[in-house]
Amino acid sequence: MRFSVQNLACQRADQLIFEGLSFALGPGEAIWVQGRNGAGKSSLLRICAGLLRPHAGGVAWADEDIFTESDRYQGAFHYVGHQDALKPALTVSENIKFWAAYHGHSDIETALAEFELAPLRDTPAGILSQGQKKRTNLARLAASSAPLWILDEPVSALDKHFIALFKEKLLRHLAGGGMAIFATHQDLGIDQVRRLNLDEVAV
Amino acid sequence: MKRFFRLILRDLTLAARQGSAVTLSLSFFVIVVVLFPLGVGPELSVLARIGPGVLWVAALLSCLLTLDRMFQADFEDGSLDLLMIGPLPTEMIVLAKVIAHWLTSILPLIVIAPILALSLSIPGDGVLALTTALLVGTPTLSLIGAVGAALTMGMRRGGVLLSLLVLPLYIPVLIFGVAAVDAAIALLPMTPHLLLLGGVSLGALVVGPVAAAAALRLSLS
Repeated sequence: MRFSVQNLACQRADQLIFEGLSFALGPGEAIWVQGRNGAGKSSLLRICAGLLRPHAGGVAWADEDIFTESDRYQGAFHYVGHQDALKPALTVSENIKFWAAYHGHSDIETALAEFELAPLRDTPAGILSQGQKKRTNLARLAASSAPLWILDEPVSALDKHFIALFKEKLLRHLAGGGMAIFATHQDLGIDQVRRLNLDEVAV
Repeated sequence: MKRFFRLILRDLTLAARQGSAVTLSLSFFVIVVVLFPLGVGPELSVLARIGPGVLWVAALLSCLLTLDRMFQADFEDGSLDLLMIGPLPTEMIVLAKVIAHWLTSILPLIVIAPILALSLSIPGDGVLALTTALLVGTPTLSLIGAVGAALTMGMRRGGVLLSLLVLPLYIPVLIFGVAAVDAAIALLPMTPHLLLLGGVSLGALVVGPVAAAAALRLSLS
């Protein structure tokens, strides 16, 4: 299992944001994407998730292009965007349950327990605080068994306790042979992480 | 297939909890229809003559009210990203959304339409024809509307553009729909009109989801 990016270029609204970006990710490895605002962190993660077509270059999972072989890539990754994808009218557990069923996972009790969401399970998502929404969004990770995590600002709005909890969860995922690519502004203090600074490939 | 029904079920639950979409399009429909007797006068023969057209036009307009939210809400909260990277093909996501839209926004109109038709003094045969024609023809409204909703997704004030894009495409449905009711009132066979209406619906069923899926991919990137 290997995730690789070859000579990637990204264009947004006729403006080239970065080009010539290459990296590869093997089991147990993580990449921390850094860069100033507008450097293309979110765009890079969206390209990795197959949501955005790159301007040039390719993205491959197990040596197969993710855009032509999207069926095989589909279950292999888990994407957490900076939006929460929660429906305010549904409760926390209904939200998690829907996404778990949709992506074919079933373990929602672990998901609720991991991020200490059990007391909130019957609360409508509409009245959650930003941090609680983030935790609900992250809890979907625990319900998923995908080897590759693509996380856009996973710890924004979280307090110290939950950042530590998230870090522990991420370390366990990596120790189990998982991979992660994430963009944060804070240093999570993970030793084995590789840094990727998008300012170096900026146009 | 399980995922397809789950998505429909989720949209129905959301509609039931929020309730605004159903009541909004339904009350708009009733108000528009009720305005006509006030505007053209209470003469029964005139009302019976224009009734089928009034009901059809009112149905088209009420459908537009909720159309712009078809993908917008999922787009704004990031759900659409997660739906698109999931295992369900985009065409099926569109179809699930279309079915949910039809059930929540249009089916209530069809249920109340016979009562409004009677109040416009459309004869009994006409009422039956109207209900049948609405059932056969209105899926097209959701299906074609999905393409417009996908194209205008993410635009500010996209609703106005959506109306301009979609309303001209509703013309065939309006023509055949009203013709079926007029034929029934004149005691002529209405089957040819209903068959044409069904043909339009089936055509839209083939083209709509594919076109809307392409438009969604375009709007997301």
